[in-house]
Amino acid sequence: MDWISPRSLTRLGMLNMNRRNVDYIARYNERSSYPLVDNKLKTKLAVSEYGVTTPKLLQVVRQQHEISHFREMAEDLSGFAIKPAKGSGGKGITVIIGRDGDDFVKASGARISVAMLERHLTNILAGLYSLAGTPDVAIVENLVQSSPALAKYSFQGVPDIRIIVFQGYPVMAMLRLATKASDGKANLHQGAVGVGLDIGTGKGLNAVQFNRPITLHPDTGLTLENIHIEAWEDMLEMAARCYEATGLGYMGVDLVVDAQEGPLLLELNARPGLAIQMANGCGLLPRLKNIEALKRPHFSPRERAQYAMEAFSRR
Amino acid sequence: MTVRSRIPFYVAVFLLITAGISFATWRHIELGIPWMTGEQRPVWMIEARVDFEGQGDPAQVNLHIPQQPPGFRILTEQAASPGYGFSILESSGSRRAEWTKREVTGPQTLYFKAQFVPDETAPEQRPARPPRPQAVFWEEPQATAVRELLSQATERSSSPESMTRELILLMQPDNRTQNTTLLVSDENYLRLLVRMLNHAGIAARTADALKLEDARRRQQLVPFLQIYNGKRWLTFDPRTAEQGVPENLLLWRQGSESLLDVLGGDNSQVSFSMLRQTVPALQLATLEASSNGLSVLSFYQLPIEEQSMFRMLLLLPIGALMVAFMRIVIGVRTSGTFMPVLIAVAFVQTTLVPGLIAFLSVVAIGLLLRGYLSSLNLLLVSRISALIILVIFITAGLSIVGYQMGFNTGMTVTFFPMVIIAWTIERMSILWEEEGPREVLAQGTGSLFVAICAYLAMSTPLAGHLTFNFPELHLVILGLILLMGQYTGYKLSELRRFTPMKAYD
Repeated sequence: MDWISPRSLTRLGMLNMNRRNVDYIARYNERSSYPLVDNKLKTKLAVSEYGVTTPKLLQVVRQQHEISHFREMAEDLSGFAIKPAKGSGGKGITVIIGRDGDDFVKASGARISVAMLERHLTNILAGLYSLAGTPDVAIVENLVQSSPALAKYSFQGVPDIRIIVFQGYPVMAMLRLATKASDGKANLHQGAVGVGLDIGTGKGLNAVQFNRPITLHPDTGLTLENIHIEAWEDMLEMAARCYEATGLGYMGVDLVVDAQEGPLLLELNARPGLAIQMANGCGLLPRLKNIEALKRPHFSPRERAQYAMEAFSRR
Repeated sequence: MTVRSRIPFYVAVFLLITAGISFATWRHIELGIPWMTGEQRPVWMIEARVDFEGQGDPAQVNLHIPQQPPGFRILTEQAASPGYGFSILESSGSRRAEWTKREVTGPQTLYFKAQFVPDETAPEQRPARPPRPQAVFWEEPQATAVRELLSQATERSSSPESMTRELILLMQPDNRTQNTTLLVSDENYLRLLVRMLNHAGIAARTADALKLEDARRRQQLVPFLQIYNGKRWLTFDPRTAEQGVPENLLLWRQGSESLLDVLGGDNSQVSFSMLRQTVPALQLATLEASSNGLSVLSFYQLPIEEQSMFRMLLLLPIGALMVAFMRIVIGVRTSGTFMPVLIAVAFVQTTLVPGLIAFLSVVAIGLLLRGYLSSLNLLLVSRISALIILVIFITAGLSIVGYQMGFNTGMTVTFFPMVIIAWTIERMSILWEEEGPREVLAQGTGSLFVAICAYLAMSTPLAGHLTFNFPELHLVILGLILLMGQYTGYKLSELRRFTPMKAYD
């Protein structure tokens, strides 16, 4: 058993679970704003007014009988994603990347029949994946075509960028790459690779998988430090804009880079995880305190993004 | 953005905890509820035995019984006397046990038993109005002798107490002068003393006491002298002039009332036997609770059925505290927040090992059946409902099979909350499909570990004793849980999780 002393964790400024819950989530996130981020459909609608783009919405399945419409709608689609509106942690998301006769092909390459997709929709409506087990709606979105520059790093799946936004300032970012171990999902605790990104430049810092530092992607074998995200400032600004849209003081913004449409917002998270600190190799606390200590906050998202790039750059 | 000062919060928690502890301490002192289980307290069991000879007439036997003997409290009273009507009469500050029977012949024996608890703080019996010394008439030559003696005693004393002491000393055989010998004979010594004191203007009376010694039989009452000093009655040993009531002395009768009256009987006599018993301090407190105003705040007054229900309910906060500690400070992952507590409560009823076996088998069989259910493409609600019914089948099956095989413990499966188990199975199954068996194992063992810890904490006799007898201690638990809700430090599990950060330190 290997342990780290609480003192060195404090020295690193590592934010821990209890402190995140008490000092940040409970303090800066209004309870009334939660439904906005816990429901992907509401998020989509809310952020669109603030110029934040999201994947195109194809269909919303609200009632059991609407599932039959899904069959018609999906008839001539090659790629789409089915998501529970109130799902969390990527649960219940099915990504279809192509067709094989009547069957659909999942991101993992597995075949899945229409009947199984309909059962999946039924499960979503019954609330199997929703946070409190309450009835839910399923949303069908256009498939995100990851930009090739990033897609090559990921084993299947779409790499997404998680940015922690504190009071409208993007404070820390990481790129999440799916692996074979994570079954094409970009969830760190399932085995996805997290690559810390320098807020100042959008360049890769260091990477972790299963909480352990790595330098190469386990499946693609590419060096992770060479990663460089295009249009980084725009992405930061987009993340910062979500603050105005939701009013959440402490949240995780999940973005993807689409080959055609550029950065898209996938979802917001009012309780973002702590693993981002390990991917970055530094703690969140000093940055959060820096923002808390600001006497005159910047009002425009662009200014906030620029301040963050200045203040939190590794250089 | 609600940044409130936390001082009021900490003050409130501090108040909660101190209120809980001080209230418990207060009740411990006032009601004598022991902190520990199995604490014993001495109790004197005294049995008064009345013998008399019946004459074929209706009989009425009337025995003086103590009301508030100084230094003792009466715990229980009972009479054993077959065929007799019995009642306790209370009138004008005296209590008498009365036995009655229509026709009584031959030798009769009546028993009156009472338990006395030594208690220094027992309230004293005070006369409603101050007693007056009785007027006493003396004939010559006694009158002169009395005057002489009294003036001697008065000269050597300054207060009613010292006067009494001096008078007793003067009348002892080795101090006797001619005057005293004239007055005193063995039979009338105490009565004479009382009369003389009354004559001197000090209200005095006799009292009868029992010397408490373990396992004594056929004891007689010993006469004592009491004087009133203007505030209270003081007791003197008329043989040694010692003032006060020693610890082992129980004043059975105070005042001038007769000890025993028998109508319709002959040769009556009363004798006492005594036994020193030990009684669990808790039982004592429970028995006394009814006589104390504080007892309103305890559970002893409730019907036994509700009491046992509360015994169980009041253990829950300990489980909740354990879960809070395990999740907040240690960082154990559990499936469902309070599932472990409910499982632990079931364990308390089933005991650990049979409960563990039963729980694991129900969940394992349930998981297998759930695998089939998931392929049926059911709606969530009906799937859970089906699972609940299956869980009931499984428990019934286990009970019956267990019983037929001779394990009565198989029956204890029924203590598990069915709905909770059904949900546990559902969650575990989904977890299995989504995150793999590793996560199921991690959360499953985490939940069981917390459940076992909670069980161990809840099943200690001390925990059951304290939670039930000092319900106010739950304020302390509440305070601790509130405090934990403000704990922003690292969890033990995070010290391990963040270990790779060593590289950046």
